[in-house]
Amino acid sequence: MSGERGLTRYGLRFVALFYLAALLLLPIGVALVKTFDDGIGEVIDQITEPDAIHALKMSLLTVIIAVPLNTIFGIAAAHVIVRSDMRFKWLIGAVIDMPFAVSPVVIGLSLILVYGTGGWFGADLAAQGIQVIFSTPGIVIAVIFVSLPFVAREVIPVMQEIGTDQETAAETLGASAWQTFYKITLPAIRWGVTYGIVLTTARALGEFGAVTVVSGNISGETQTLPLYVSKQFETFNSVGAYSASLVLAILALGTLLFMNLLRRRED
Amino acid sequence: MSLSSSTKTKRRIQALLLLALIAFGVVIAGCGGDDEAGGNSGGGDKGKVQLVAYSTPQTAYEDALEPDFNKTAEGDGVEFSNSFGASGDQSRAVEAGQPAGYVNFALETDVTRLVDAGLVSKDWQNNKYKGIVTNSVVAIVTRPGNPEGVKSFQDIIDKNLEVVTPNPFTSGGARWNIMAVYGAALHDGKTPAEALGTVKDLLANAPVQPASARDALQAFVGGAGDVLLSYENEAIAAQNANQDVDYVIPDSTILIEQPAAVTVDAPQSATDFLNYLWSDAGQKIWAEQGYRPVNKSLVDKSIYPTPPDEFTIAEFGGWDKVADEFFDDKTGSIAKVEQELGVSTEK
Amino acid sequence: MTAIAAPRPRAGIRLPGVSGALSKGLVVTYLSLIVLLPLAAIASKAFSDGLGSFWDAVSQPQAVAALKLTVICSLIVVLINAVMGTLIAWVLVRDEFPGKGIVNSVIDLPFALPTIVASLTLLTLYGKDSPFGVDVAYTRVAVVIALLFVTLPFVVRAVQPLLLSLDRDMEAAAESLGAGRARIFRQIVFPNLAPGIAAGVALAFARALGEFGALVLISGNVPYKTEVASVFIRGQIESDNIVGAAAVSVVLLAVSMTLLAFVNLIQKWGLRDER
Repeated sequence: MSGERGLTRYGLRFVALFYLAALLLLPIGVALVKTFDDGIGEVIDQITEPDAIHALKMSLLTVIIAVPLNTIFGIAAAHVIVRSDMRFKWLIGAVIDMPFAVSPVVIGLSLILVYGTGGWFGADLAAQGIQVIFSTPGIVIAVIFVSLPFVAREVIPVMQEIGTDQETAAETLGASAWQTFYKITLPAIRWGVTYGIVLTTARALGEFGAVTVVSGNISGETQTLPLYVSKQFETFNSVGAYSASLVLAILALGTLLFMNLLRRRED
Repeated sequence: MSLSSSTKTKRRIQALLLLALIAFGVVIAGCGGDDEAGGNSGGGDKGKVQLVAYSTPQTAYEDALEPDFNKTAEGDGVEFSNSFGASGDQSRAVEAGQPAGYVNFALETDVTRLVDAGLVSKDWQNNKYKGIVTNSVVAIVTRPGNPEGVKSFQDIIDKNLEVVTPNPFTSGGARWNIMAVYGAALHDGKTPAEALGTVKDLLANAPVQPASARDALQAFVGGAGDVLLSYENEAIAAQNANQDVDYVIPDSTILIEQPAAVTVDAPQSATDFLNYLWSDAGQKIWAEQGYRPVNKSLVDKSIYPTPPDEFTIAEFGGWDKVADEFFDDKTGSIAKVEQELGVSTEK
Repeated sequence: MTAIAAPRPRAGIRLPGVSGALSKGLVVTYLSLIVLLPLAAIASKAFSDGLGSFWDAVSQPQAVAALKLTVICSLIVVLINAVMGTLIAWVLVRDEFPGKGIVNSVIDLPFALPTIVASLTLLTLYGKDSPFGVDVAYTRVAVVIALLFVTLPFVVRAVQPLLLSLDRDMEAAAESLGAGRARIFRQIVFPNLAPGIAAGVALAFARALGEFGALVLISGNVPYKTEVASVFIRGQIESDNIVGAAAVSVVLLAVSMTLLAFVNLIQKWGLRDER
């Protein structure tokens, strides 16, 4: 019996690792090798270029705005969907899923149709002198759009899983809705929220397609890090491109690490 | 349930709401509009030139033309903001509201779009060079040493080579390629229908049609195909970046005319910049960067040989006509060619 | 036991904020502004020239070819993901091996890396200069591989939490009663994982349908052969055919939403059994 289990276990492990190696680990390895093609000094030079640093700041700015907003929204939405008896809440779930279903090319187009010169708000914005598209606000909106669903999606199943017993008990004991939420619900969905934040951050960092369209690509002004990566490839600066990608990867992994540390500290 | 706890609740929710709204407000209020790389420092009295161009001349502008312009009297203290991307994308962005003072695209129709939108004056071509700031030619980019011995577009078909050329419906640059092949076939004695057949044969040999000219170059450099159809200046840019390519200019090819214009709201410095680009000094720098000067007297024949049969888009009626006749995505002749290719390969 | 003046637990738990009105209002406003508004603009544009024009744009041969290719490749990708994603999640949760932590961490990387990096590295590995002699660049296989890369995290991350919170007692009991591993998986483990797999599959499918960046370099973009819907849409935009672009976008959106809705129904059905 244990021999059989052992065989199955090794078999599964092998298949999983082989697949991951071929699809994920090797490409990442290739990227790493190409990053350090000219040595670590060159990498540092590349990532300290003024345009690169500005792109980094730009990416961080969008993350700092998009992630908290989407987190608050995600928790609220999950709560509404799972715990309330609101009509049409299935519609909310459907709309939350929409960003997954929209191609980046389409997102860019849609934002231009709304905020661009000929768009729905175009004339009003121009009259106020506000530049949404081809400027930072447009980028932030695009990033919020694409990274919107993650927290909600992670929290919903967790909320469903944990059931309402504790919350009902709390209410029976006289806790207010807010107290129940803050002291019972929130801690219970912690793990879902955490992962949701990690995914939201990663997605917000890596968004390329939609931002390409709405950013205006002004070097040193409206370029996020993925845009900068693309620019560097285009001008044959592959080390620069891979170095910037490395920064993105570190940021994403760093978020994960940070979240893991938080969890471990609480446990 | 008691009044005070619901007030507390309300307050907390309101605080959160406020926070969210503030964050949103910051976004909408255009916080990042002009924060850094600002034209707000002292030398901004000449007006900042917001340059929006297609992707290739990025190095030419940033490393050579702009610094050199700054050394002149008109250019002293002028600041630039630079945006580069696919020609069509950039043109559409300006049309949709991207601020621009000076524009430089790969295709005349990209400027016409802005004229139609009222952003560029109708008489942008009323000057010595008809609005064209640089030239190039469609070249055949090959592996080092031209191992296949390709000399013309027909060679590619005859030798059954794999060719990389951008998708003519996503890339303006691809359209120059197609018209070059078409025109060369016409001049070779073929009828228009036969010439279209040549284009079809060529496209049949294109295993990959990247989205833009630069993507095509990268695909080729990355190992795709045996030859690449591209601008001469792209090939030179690649060589300058130490990429392993060679290029051949066919005897019969099209002259690429790259237009530039200033927008109606542009500051005087934008017009000064354009005039500088047409001046001898500017044209010489363009030449150094791989572009053919429009000022023919400055064209160094040893570097930029004139093809014996160099034709222009005017021969086919200009871009407005060609865009409709050839590249309309439903009724254009090239659309039909692509469809025939697709249908035949599906079987 | 019976509370003195306790409120009867209603069908839903009360939400914070004046009977949840604020929460609901916040959620609806945010969604409308961020998601519905832009998508409404697309839909509006798609039909702005009338229904006939919409149909023309969508039934155009090149559009149909692009949509067909996209949907078929996405389905293939999603099937592979359903199997491999579950397998990987299983190995990550139930197995122990050196380096597991690292492997677990990098699963999320496809999200964070700009899609262009994915394209380039996959091209290096499986294109002309492949060290393994595997050259599938510019083929439909390349499309599938690139899509597998970007959709990798979805099923894995959807299944992992479910596996973690699975009660091992049932499995142990079944085993002690003599059930084989396969049967235990089929009848005890899998039903619990099914909602997660379904959710992951739906997300992966939607993502695959719309993917652009990862495909633009590796797939070849040849109309009718390797051109996916998103590249076609871009082509429409480039040809100043915005209405056509919007029309095909609407179709793409409709296909994804349909599948997402279908999967959500399955999830709800699965959960109802539990109650």
